[in-house]
Amino acid sequence: MPAESDGNPAPGVAAGRHPLHNLWRLRRYLRPYAVEFGWLLLAALGATGASIAIPLMAQRVVDGPVARQDPAGLFRLAGLALLLGLAEALLIFVRRWVQSSSSVAMEAAIRADVYAHLQRLPASFHDRWQSGQLLSRITSDLSVIRRFLSFGLFFLVLNLVTYLVVVVLLIRLHAALGLLVAASAVPLLLVSRRFARAYHTASRRMQDQQGDVATLVEETAQGLRTMKAYGRGPELAARFATGARALHDTGVGKGRLLARTSARLDLVPNLTLGVVLVAGAAAAAAGVLTIGELVAFVSLQLMLIWPVQSLGWIIANGQEAATAADRVQEVLDTPPAIVDAPGAVTLPRAEVRGRLRFERVCFRYPGAGAPVLRDVELTVEPGETLALVGATGCGKSTLLSLVPRLHEVTGGRITLDGHDLRQVRLASLRRLVGVAFEEPTLFSMSVWENLTLGRPDAGEDEVRAALALAQADFAYDLPWGLATRVGEQGLSLSGGQRQRLALARAVLGRPALLVLDDPLSALDVQTEALVEAALKRVLRETTALLVVHRPSTIALADRVALLDGGRIAAVGRHTDLLATVPAYRAVLSAEPPAATTEPAPGGRGLVRS
Amino acid sequence: MTAAAGRGEDADDGPDLTRWRGIATDPDADRSQAEEATPEAVARLRARSRALLRDLLRPHRRRLGAAIGLLLSQNAAAMAGPYLVMLGIDRAIPPLRAGDAGPLVAVAGAFGAATAVEFLARRGFLIRSAQIGQAVLLDLRQRVYGHFLRLSVAFHERYTSGRMVSRLTSDLDSIAELVDGGIDSLVLAVLSIVSVAAILLWLDPPLAAVTLLAFPFLFWLSRWFARASAGAYRRTREAMALVIVHFVESTRGIRAVQAFRRERRNQRIFDAVNDDYRRASRDAFRLIATYSPGIKVIGNVTVAVVLCYGGWRVLDGATGVGVLAAFLLYLRRFFEPMQELSQFYNSLQSATAALEKLAGVLDERPAVAEPARPVPLPAGPPRGAVAFRAVTFGYRPETPILTELDLTVPAGQTVALIGPTGAGKSTIAKLLARFHDPLAGTVRLDGVDLRDVADAELRRAVVLVTQETHLFGGTVAENIRFGRPGADDAAVEAAARAIGAHDFIAALPDGYATEVHRRGGRLSAGQRQLVAFARAFLADPTVLILDEATSSLDVPTERLVQRALGTILRDRTALVIAHRLSTVEIADRVLVLDGGRIVEDGPPARLAAAGGRYADLHRQWRESLL
Repeated sequence: MPAESDGNPAPGVAAGRHPLHNLWRLRRYLRPYAVEFGWLLLAALGATGASIAIPLMAQRVVDGPVARQDPAGLFRLAGLALLLGLAEALLIFVRRWVQSSSSVAMEAAIRADVYAHLQRLPASFHDRWQSGQLLSRITSDLSVIRRFLSFGLFFLVLNLVTYLVVVVLLIRLHAALGLLVAASAVPLLLVSRRFARAYHTASRRMQDQQGDVATLVEETAQGLRTMKAYGRGPELAARFATGARALHDTGVGKGRLLARTSARLDLVPNLTLGVVLVAGAAAAAAGVLTIGELVAFVSLQLMLIWPVQSLGWIIANGQEAATAADRVQEVLDTPPAIVDAPGAVTLPRAEVRGRLRFERVCFRYPGAGAPVLRDVELTVEPGETLALVGATGCGKSTLLSLVPRLHEVTGGRITLDGHDLRQVRLASLRRLVGVAFEEPTLFSMSVWENLTLGRPDAGEDEVRAALALAQADFAYDLPWGLATRVGEQGLSLSGGQRQRLALARAVLGRPALLVLDDPLSALDVQTEALVEAALKRVLRETTALLVVHRPSTIALADRVALLDGGRIAAVGRHTDLLATVPAYRAVLSAEPPAATTEPAPGGRGLVRS
Repeated sequence: MTAAAGRGEDADDGPDLTRWRGIATDPDADRSQAEEATPEAVARLRARSRALLRDLLRPHRRRLGAAIGLLLSQNAAAMAGPYLVMLGIDRAIPPLRAGDAGPLVAVAGAFGAATAVEFLARRGFLIRSAQIGQAVLLDLRQRVYGHFLRLSVAFHERYTSGRMVSRLTSDLDSIAELVDGGIDSLVLAVLSIVSVAAILLWLDPPLAAVTLLAFPFLFWLSRWFARASAGAYRRTREAMALVIVHFVESTRGIRAVQAFRRERRNQRIFDAVNDDYRRASRDAFRLIATYSPGIKVIGNVTVAVVLCYGGWRVLDGATGVGVLAAFLLYLRRFFEPMQELSQFYNSLQSATAALEKLAGVLDERPAVAEPARPVPLPAGPPRGAVAFRAVTFGYRPETPILTELDLTVPAGQTVALIGPTGAGKSTIAKLLARFHDPLAGTVRLDGVDLRDVADAELRRAVVLVTQETHLFGGTVAENIRFGRPGADDAAVEAAARAIGAHDFIAALPDGYATEVHRRGGRLSAGQRQLVAFARAFLADPTVLILDEATSSLDVPTERLVQRALGTILRDRTALVIAHRLSTVEIADRVLVLDGGRIVEDGPPARLAAAGGRYADLHRQWRESLL
C-alpha cells in the first residue's frame, strides 16, 4: 500500500519516554489560562459541592421536618436546596462559558504554531512527509487535544475531587461502609491502567490511519484528471476502501476495548452499592444507622456512578490526546534545517552586484544513495545570463533550488558577491532572488495575490510592468481583472498562461538574481518570441541562471554550462560549445553528434528542436 | 480593469485579509449546489441529510434491534438498582429488625442479578454500537469518496481539492466524534428519562405530575438550542474547510512559499482563517455552555419543588418516606441523563452540520454523467474515427470558446492542433476525453455520441496525457501500471523501453520499485512526463490525445519519444497539441486554430508551402533551430 504510515519518517516518541511526556509539554499553551483554569476548577468544585449538598438537603428533609412534622423547616430546607441548585447551574454556566473561548483559543494557538513551523521546514521535509499526515495533525489531532484540555483533563481533576470528597463524606457518615467504598478504588485503578496501555497503542494506530486516509484523499484530489483520463475510479476506490477499512477495523477494536472496560468499570460501583445495601440494611436494623442516613449514604454513593462511568471515556480521551500530542510534537520537534546562521547578514539590494559562484558544490537528497551534484564549479558574473543545459533528470532544477536555499548544499558552498549564502539572512537572500519553477505553482487566490506573493508592497505599476514583460496582459481581461480568483493551482488557466504568470511573479520588483527553470516551455512560438525579447531587456542588468531545453531559449544566455553526471562538463559560449563539445551538441540536437547542422532533406530533417 | 485599479490602496500589506482570495468567477465556488443559503434550501438539505442517515442505518436494522434490546435490558437493570434499594429500606429492614434476613437476601440477590445483567448488556451494547457506528462511517466515507470520483472535472475545479479533503476528513471526524462519544449514550439517556418518568408516575402520580411540569421548559430550551446551534455548527464546518484549503495549498506549494518569502503573509492569512474557525467554534460552544446549565436550572428547580411538595405530602400522610426517598433518587437519574442528553444533542448538532455538507456533495449530480443505457462502441477495425458536429462549448456559457465547431478525424489519423493560447486546443482535447460535455452539438467516437459510451469503455478507448503529470504515491512500476492495472512487470518495462524511459528508471535506487514519494518529488518534471508517457503507452488506447505532453523534455529525449510515437501512433487516432512544431512532424494533418475556429487544415507540407499562418509559424520555428 502506498499510503502506509511508513511514509512518515519521524520515528515518534523517543524510547523510554513517558507516554504522557508530549502531552505534558503542551502545557505551555495552557499557561495563559492557568489562573483562569484555577478559578474554573474552583467554580466546578463549588458546583459539585452544591450538587453533593442537594441530596444532603434531601436527607435533612426526610430526617428533620418530615420526621418532626415541621412544615416551616421543610420550606426553609427546600428553599436552601433551590438556592444551591441555582448556584450550581450558575457556576456551571460561568465555567463552560469561559471555557468555550479559552479551549478553542488554545487549539487555535497550537494550530498557528504548527503552521508557522511547517512553513519554516524545508522542501525536503515536505517531500518526505505525506501531506495528509500533516493535515490530520492540525485538524483531528488538535481537536482531540482541545477536547482533553477543556473537558477530559478538567473532568479528570473534577471527578477525582468528587470521588475523594464523596468518599470522605461517606466515611464520616459511616466509617466501615465508607472505607469499603474507598477500597473499591483499587479495582478501578487496576482496570484503568490496563486499559490505558492498550488504548494508547490503538489510538496512535487510528490517528496514523486517519492521516493515511487524508493522504489518499488529498492525492486523489490532486490526481483527479489523471484518474479521469484513464477511468481508474474503481481502482482508486478500491485503494481507498483498503484504507477506510483499516480505519474501520481499528475503530471497532477501539470500541470493543472501550466497551469491555466501561462495563468493567461500571461493575465496581454497582457491586459496592449492593454490599452497602446489605450491610447498611443490617446496620439500620441493628439501629446503628438511621434510615435517613442510609438514604443519604446511598444517594451520595450514587453520585460516584457518573464519575466512574465517565472514567473510561476520560482515559480514552487522555490517551488519544497523548498520542495526538506525540504526533503534533513530532512535527514541532523537527528542527528547520535551513535557518539563519548566527551573525547572518542582510544584503541590501542596492549593494548587490550579483556575482554568483558555485564552489565545489555537492548535493545529495536526504536518504538518497548517490549525490545529484558533485563538485560543481560555476561562476555567473554580475549581469550575466548563464543557461544550464543537460539531459532530463541530470540535476539542473536541483542546482537552481540551491540558490534560494530551498535545499542546502551538502558540500562546498555558493557565494553571492563573496558572501556564503549560508551567511546571508534567508529573508534577505530570497528577496534578492526571483524564481520561476518548472511547474508554475499558483494558489487559489486573486491574480494580484499570486503575483505579489513575495512582494505584498508591490505597486500597480510594477505589477503592470511585470505582466507586460511576461506577455501576461490577458490577466486584465479575466472577468474581475487582477482580482479574479484563479482556480486551484490556476487550473482554469492554460499551461502557457500559468507559466507566464509565474514568470511575471519572478521578475516582479527586479530581483538581483533571476533563477528560471525552463521558463518558456509551455509557450507557443509567437508568445515565446515576444517574451524572449522582453526578457532580454531585463536580463541585461540582472544576473540570471536559466535552465533551458531548447536552442531557441539559449539565445537569451550569454554563456552556457553543460551539466552532465552531476558535474559541470563544459562552460562557454553557445556557438563555441556547439563546435567543440560533442556532448553539448548531443543534448540540444536529436541528431547523432557527427551529423551536420544542415537539415537533412525531407520531412525528417526538420526534426531537430 | 476596475477591480484591478482598486488594488493600489491596499498595496501596503495592510489588514487586507479578506480580499486575498479574489473574486471567484463562479458565485457558487465554495459549496455544492444543494447548499444555497435560502431557508427552503436549508430545510431541504436537512431533510436530505436525515434521509441519508436513515439510508446509512438501514442495512444495520437487525444489529440495531439487538443493540436496542441489550440497551433496554441494561437500562432495566440499571433502573432496578434504586428500586431495589427502596425495597431494601422499606421492606427488608423491618423484617431484619425482627430477625428475618430472608427479604434482604432476596433483595441482595436481585441486586446482584441486576448488576450482572447490566454488566453483560452494557458490554454487548457498546460493542454492537461501535460496530454499527464504524460500519456507518465506513459506508459514508466510501460513498462520499466514490461520489467525488464520479463528479465532473468542472465540479472539482470549482470545489477545490482542499474542500474535498475537508469533507472527507474533518466533516467525517465530527460524525465519528458522535459515534465515539456514544450515540448510544444519547439513546440510553432518552430511555432512562422515559423509564424514570414511568417509574415516577407509578410511584406517586401527583408528585410525578409536578415533575413533568418541567417538560415544556425543557422542550422550549431545546428548540432554541437546536435552531441556534444548527447555524453555528454549519459555520464551523465552513470555517474549517477554509483552514484546510489554505493549509493544503500552502504545504503543497511550499517551494513557492519559501522562495517568495510568502511565510509572513501566509501566516496572517492562516491566522485569519484559523481565528475565524476559533470564533465559529467558540460561538457554537457558548450555545451549549448556555443550554446545558439551563437544563440544570430546570432540573434543580424541579428537585426543590418535589422536595417541598413531596415533604408536604409525607407530612400529610399521602405518601411514605421510602417513596419520597426513592423519588428523590430517581429524580437524579432523571436529570443527570438530561445533562448527558444535552451533551450528545450538541455532538449530534455538530455531526448533523457535517452530514448536511456531505449530503450536499452526494446530492450533486455528475455533470458528465454515466449513460443510463450505454451504447457499445462498434467492434473491429478500423476504430477511432472522431467527429465533432456543431460543437459549442465554454467553461462559462456566456463566453464560448468553441462555436459550432465541425471536425472529422478518420480512424488512424494523427492530427496536430496548433494555435495561440486560448484558441481552444486544450478544450477540444478535453471534450474528446469527455472531461466536459459540449453545451451544444455532439462529439462522436466511431459514430457513437460520447455521452452514450460507458465510462470504462470510453477510458479504454481514449486517453488524454497532459503536461500536468500526476504521479500517485507508490512505485514507478505502479504508476506506469496505472495505464493498465492488470499488466505484468514485463509489459510495464516494455512500455518504459518503448518510450525511452527505461534507462533512467533502471538507474533509480530501486529501479522500477522506487517509491516516487509525494507527487513524484524525486523525479524531475521531464522524468515524470516520461513515466506518464509510458503509462499512456501501456494503456494502449484507440485514440491518444497528447496535450503538451513533451514540454519538459530535453531535445534528445523528446526526439526519442517522438520516434516512439511514430510507431505507436501508426495504427491509432491521435490528437497532438504542442507549441513546438517538432511534434507536428509526426502528424498526417495540421489544424490551425484561432478563436475557437479552424483557420487552416491540411497536411503539414502543404500548409507550410501555402503561405498562411502555419507557414509563418513554421518559418519562425525553422529560424529558432540550431
